[in-house]
Amino acid sequence: MQESMKYDYQIPTMDLTVAGEASSHIKKILRQIGIDAGIIRRVAIATYEAEINIAIHSLGGSLTLMISTDWVKIIAEDIGPGIENIELAMQKGYSTATSEIRELGFGAGMGLPNMQKCADDFQISSELGKFTRVEMTMML
Amino acid sequence: MQLRNVLELLSCELITGEEHLDRRFEHAFGSDLMSDVLAYVESDALLLTGLTNHQVIRTAEMLDLKAIVFIRGKRPNEEVIELARDHGLALLSTKHTMYTASGILYANGLEGIPV
Repeated sequence: MQESMKYDYQIPTMDLTVAGEASSHIKKILRQIGIDAGIIRRVAIATYEAEINIAIHSLGGSLTLMISTDWVKIIAEDIGPGIENIELAMQKGYSTATSEIRELGFGAGMGLPNMQKCADDFQISSELGKFTRVEMTMML
Repeated sequence: MQLRNVLELLSCELITGEEHLDRRFEHAFGSDLMSDVLAYVESDALLLTGLTNHQVIRTAEMLDLKAIVFIRGKRPNEEVIELARDHGLALLSTKHTMYTASGILYANGLEGIPV
């Protein structure tokens, strides 16, 4: 089905004071159009994890929200180091985050598995030294 | 347990959110890792943490949490407090450590989150 709404957000790198603003806005939109609270929560958690990942791991990227009558879709894309071994990155507890990032409360290696848990469909692709792209769909 | 009981038991300073003092909490979760909070907290839980940056407030917002207790006498800066106010969050600060604060609340009937 064709999407009825689409929103784009630019996510800057390493600015942890603004990281979360896009997710906050996305959550507000979903609430305004009356999406089920349980689904909003899953989208919010997954989106926020993706936004934090872009902020701490990449050189910058974007979040895209698409809403149709049947689903909500979040696409997170960044330019940056990419992921060398996706299978390893999907394991709980695996992280390449620096101690500086851990001091901010992240980098526990829970982000990607948590995103997968929150989404009905989860697709990830990456090219080393170029980009990472995550697409998550939650059915309504 | 009501938030006002938490306030009294831990001798907290109430930073913001007086309107939440009657709110009841069935569970609590203590962590400085927001990654773990995002991965494990599914109920409307009380959060205890030693982290005081923007991301604590953002994490609480995403999970629809209503109150945060900062331990070891920690206190977020005004900008972070303002963000919490915008989202209607209650912020408390206790001088107790994570271990002691958790122990006091648990001994008084506030359980951990179900896992």
